[in-house]
Amino acid sequence: MMPGWRRGLGRFARDRAAALGVTLLVVLIVLAIFAPILAPYPGDVADFHTANRLHAPDADNWLGTDRMGSDLLSRIVFGARITITIAFVAVGSAVVVGVPIGLLAGYYGGWPSNLLMRVSDIFLAVPQIVLAIAIAQTLGPSIENVILALSVTYWPFWARLVFAETRSLKNEVFIESAIALGASPWRVMVLHVLPNIASSIIVRTSIGMGGTILTAAALGFLGLGAPAPTPEWGRMIAESREFLPEAWWYATAPGVAIFVVVMGFNLVGDGLRDFLDPRIRRGASGSGAGGT
Amino acid sequence: MRRLEMIVSRLAWFVPTLAGLVVIVFLISNVIPTDPVRVLLGENATPAQVEAMRIQLGYDQPLWVQLARHFRDVLSGNLGISIYTQRPISEDLAQRLPATLELTLVAITLSIALGIPLGVISALKRNSLWDHVVRVLSVSGLAIAAFWLAMLLQFLFAMKLGAAPLNSRIDGFGPTPVTGFMIVDSLLDWDMESLRSALSHMALPALTLALPAAATIVRFTRAGVLDVINSNHVLYQRAMGMPPGLIVWKYVLRNALTSTVTQIGLIFGVLVTNAVIVETVFDWPGIGTFAVQSILQSDHKAIIGFTIWIGALIVIVNLLVDIVHSFIDPRGTR
Repeated sequence: MMPGWRRGLGRFARDRAAALGVTLLVVLIVLAIFAPILAPYPGDVADFHTANRLHAPDADNWLGTDRMGSDLLSRIVFGARITITIAFVAVGSAVVVGVPIGLLAGYYGGWPSNLLMRVSDIFLAVPQIVLAIAIAQTLGPSIENVILALSVTYWPFWARLVFAETRSLKNEVFIESAIALGASPWRVMVLHVLPNIASSIIVRTSIGMGGTILTAAALGFLGLGAPAPTPEWGRMIAESREFLPEAWWYATAPGVAIFVVVMGFNLVGDGLRDFLDPRIRRGASGSGAGGT
Repeated sequence: MRRLEMIVSRLAWFVPTLAGLVVIVFLISNVIPTDPVRVLLGENATPAQVEAMRIQLGYDQPLWVQLARHFRDVLSGNLGISIYTQRPISEDLAQRLPATLELTLVAITLSIALGIPLGVISALKRNSLWDHVVRVLSVSGLAIAAFWLAMLLQFLFAMKLGAAPLNSRIDGFGPTPVTGFMIVDSLLDWDMESLRSALSHMALPALTLALPAAATIVRFTRAGVLDVINSNHVLYQRAMGMPPGLIVWKYVLRNALTSTVTQIGLIFGVLVTNAVIVETVFDWPGIGTFAVQSILQSDHKAIIGFTIWIGALIVIVNLLVDIVHSFIDPRGTR
């Protein structure tokens, strides 16, 4: 076991794409944590100086200013906090709900698990954003509601994945022997099944993060995210639309920010797949959107 | 006939899946209290007016009665009246569906035409400069926000270069509506002016949708081709001195593309997802714009209607994909 892991770790470290992904994510997390120190004008999240509105990038405002005259770089840096919170909390809750459901349904079988899987199939039959839009709209625009809408629509991805893997593992000899030795179902699921499917869950989670950030940004773009003046990246892009031909930098800054972060999660996801499961060839990943 | 069995069993699941969808969306849009009547009547309505409208729209009944009524309506094809347009929702959706279908079909054709050749060449020239460029582009394509890409293309091609129209579907009145597909209708009318206009309006939204989809197809095609190239039967053919071109055309492609075909159902889901947003950016008169409008108006019935239609559409596409798949890869059906 150990030498394989070490080889894999070496491969992960040598994988330039994965290293780039890790770097991007580290930068994002550092920006999010130290936003009040790193942002050149921390007050600009709420303050506005209309005299400075729509200034092109220069020495004072590296990324230019927005329609309220606020420094875009500062707003992007604070926006990293929102993006990271949404991604981790929404995907985290989806995993916490989806994995146990998939585990129980896959282990026990019978009509309750069929019912659960049918329900998750129904969720998967509709594009995630359609349900997320419906939920976020009925709840009203706020970050918490975006997170709730995304978790409610994302749990079936993990439930389905864990269900399928648990079902196939259940017929393996080592699981059967654990059961024959009198291990409780709880013990079998947590100590024997879960460690064996952990790598699939981790890979799906990493790629799901990127998709979640894109969906959250889309909700923000439609005005269903946090209310103004929250520096949410999707909302900033929506605000920039009416100034587009002239103030090109306004839409560029948040758009590039979303791109870089989603790229970071996708690259790490690809790298983790190669690292955790060398049998799967690199490049055969899902669409990234919604972790499909 | 395993194939027939598969189709029948998938069709049998069609109805329960949609029924479940109706229930879930209904609950989501009703359990949480926002008041569509208030939104409809505005801030200044008197309590009596609100009450009258509530009874007229049936919101005074218990939830299960509303659900039962809703099922009856859905079964009879009546999705209710759109609060916003004051027209039957089914009519609104039916009128707008061709615009969305035309857009997504053109986009998926474009993404296949781009994605499969790029993926195949990338795999055949593995680790070349070309391969690296394609791989970087395909990773980037998956990370870009669709609405931002839409604005980027608008900025470059419509605003700066003036090469394509900024938004909407066609200039003037357009061709006589027969199929609702502007491109087909202009051909039926043999109206070259309309055809040119329809195509130029189509270019930017279709490209916006096609690029991320093409990125996914490139990745799957490349992985599929690499898998087959390294398999024993191709090694054997090579050892027997078969010309490489013949091996690729006759044996590699068919085997490699099965996984790509399976992905097309998935990609269609992603395309429809993105279409909701992209249509809004381009003022494309499809069901995505309708959905966003209904959502902003708190129009529960319209949202439910839209969700049912989209759900049905995606289930049908997945069924078609499975049927096509069973012809390309008959292993599962014998």
